[in-house]
Amino acid sequence: MEISELIEKLALIVALFGVTLGIAAYATYFERKVAAWFQDRIGPDRAGPFGILQPLADGGKLFFKEDFIPANAEKWLFIMGPGIAMFTALMTGSVIPWSTDLELFGQTVALQVADINIGILFIMGFLSIGVYGIMIGGWASNNKFSLFGAIRASSQMISYELAMGICVITIVMMSGSLSLRDIVNTQHGMNWNVFYQPLAFVIFFICSLAETNRAPFDLAECESELIGGYHTEYGSMKMGFYLFAEYVSLFTSSAVISVLFFGGFNFPGMDNFDGNTLAILGVVAMFTKTFFFIFVFMWIRWTIPRFRFDQLMHLGWKSLIPISIINMLITGLVIAFNEGWFK
Amino acid sequence: MSLETITTILGGLTIGAALMVVISRHPVRSVLYLVLTFFLISSNYILMNAQFLAVVNIIVYAGAIMVLFLFVLMLLNLDKDSEPKTHVLVKIASVVAGGILFTVLIAALKDGIALGEAAAPSAQNNEGLVQNLGQLLFSKYVLPFEVSSVLFIASMVGAVLLAKREKQVID
Repeated sequence: MEISELIEKLALIVALFGVTLGIAAYATYFERKVAAWFQDRIGPDRAGPFGILQPLADGGKLFFKEDFIPANAEKWLFIMGPGIAMFTALMTGSVIPWSTDLELFGQTVALQVADINIGILFIMGFLSIGVYGIMIGGWASNNKFSLFGAIRASSQMISYELAMGICVITIVMMSGSLSLRDIVNTQHGMNWNVFYQPLAFVIFFICSLAETNRAPFDLAECESELIGGYHTEYGSMKMGFYLFAEYVSLFTSSAVISVLFFGGFNFPGMDNFDGNTLAILGVVAMFTKTFFFIFVFMWIRWTIPRFRFDQLMHLGWKSLIPISIINMLITGLVIAFNEGWFK
Repeated sequence: MSLETITTILGGLTIGAALMVVISRHPVRSVLYLVLTFFLISSNYILMNAQFLAVVNIIVYAGAIMVLFLFVLMLLNLDKDSEPKTHVLVKIASVVAGGILFTVLIAALKDGIALGEAAAPSAQNNEGLVQNLGQLLFSKYVLPFEVSSVLFIASMVGAVLLAKREKQVID
């Protein structure tokens, strides 16, 4: 690997890191604004114009609070928990293609940190490891409410991962590749997967709600039953990490939804552009879709009440998984028919 | 840094993590070290250019099976105090038995190394990439592949049957 390539990748990683954290910080602000809007309130408006400095104020507050570790907690695991949650949430962004290639200083820069040929499996892998952050944190706190929250969160994530994986298989069957860039390239222009796979999209969307532990699937931290769920004992920036990791994964799962079903950086009429213009417009298209899904996530959170736990398990195992399996079988049959297997 | 040094360091780390699984006193820590071991094994796979196997190893073992292990151990709430006390003679006997097993394994592996070197994977080995792996699974190894899927179905049906035997009412 040449030095220039190394610098290019490093710059991309730093930029992605900054953008992800910035968006996650401002997602907390927009969450409050959206909630206020839905409940006919004003929302945060004290820090700066329109309350735009609110995330900074929150971050500062979290840093200056006492960093407390309970006496009977497993110290190292207690510290590791939020770290793992944050790490896994941030890692998934690295395989997402943000746009077509950019020409900079006479070099072609791919706007993607790593184009690996197992891209979507990489994301699934890190999703499934994300459970450990919650489980370790919840167990190490040595508090029964934390443990309950952790167990609920992990059983929910494992159950919904299955239906999610089957929806991903359907998309992979349609595009014939596990690489996210190839999946995006097959949806050129307006040829988006959502028009062919609306059912898979709905199931995938429900599952990503469950995977990010957001309402109506936020049973892991439901305050009326479990006080605060797995982060009951956490304070200061450790709790900040858990909350922040949730917003980071909100951002990355919105990005993954737009890549898999809404064509990523493709937009109608993209053939009229080329070179850097196309790349920049692609970034704009990609981020518009992502922000739209972030908004939909918030919309759902402030509209739909929380599930009961047995309803959650019923929905996951007895409806979503069978429906997605049937959807996958039908897709397979149609693909086989189109390739002329039945002639 | 050459590939060989990286392989050596990774191998050392893998063995270290695997040892910690056995050495740690607390069962939950053991499971966490086991998860770490799976990660390191996956990185070894990546060095062998078997990316698909690496990521599937993480999804299936680290992401699903180990979480269930952790689940059970966390609910059992095992402590050092509740550990059963074993007699000294039993300890000596287990050390002897373990040592013998270790010797047998080393002896078996010694032949294995010679065999492995004969069929050593070259740097140009691309069988682990998804496409080639898929081609192999559905042509050369199609019978074992299908037989193992039948095995999975059988075990799934068995698990469902076991779970259904006791009628539970959840309201």
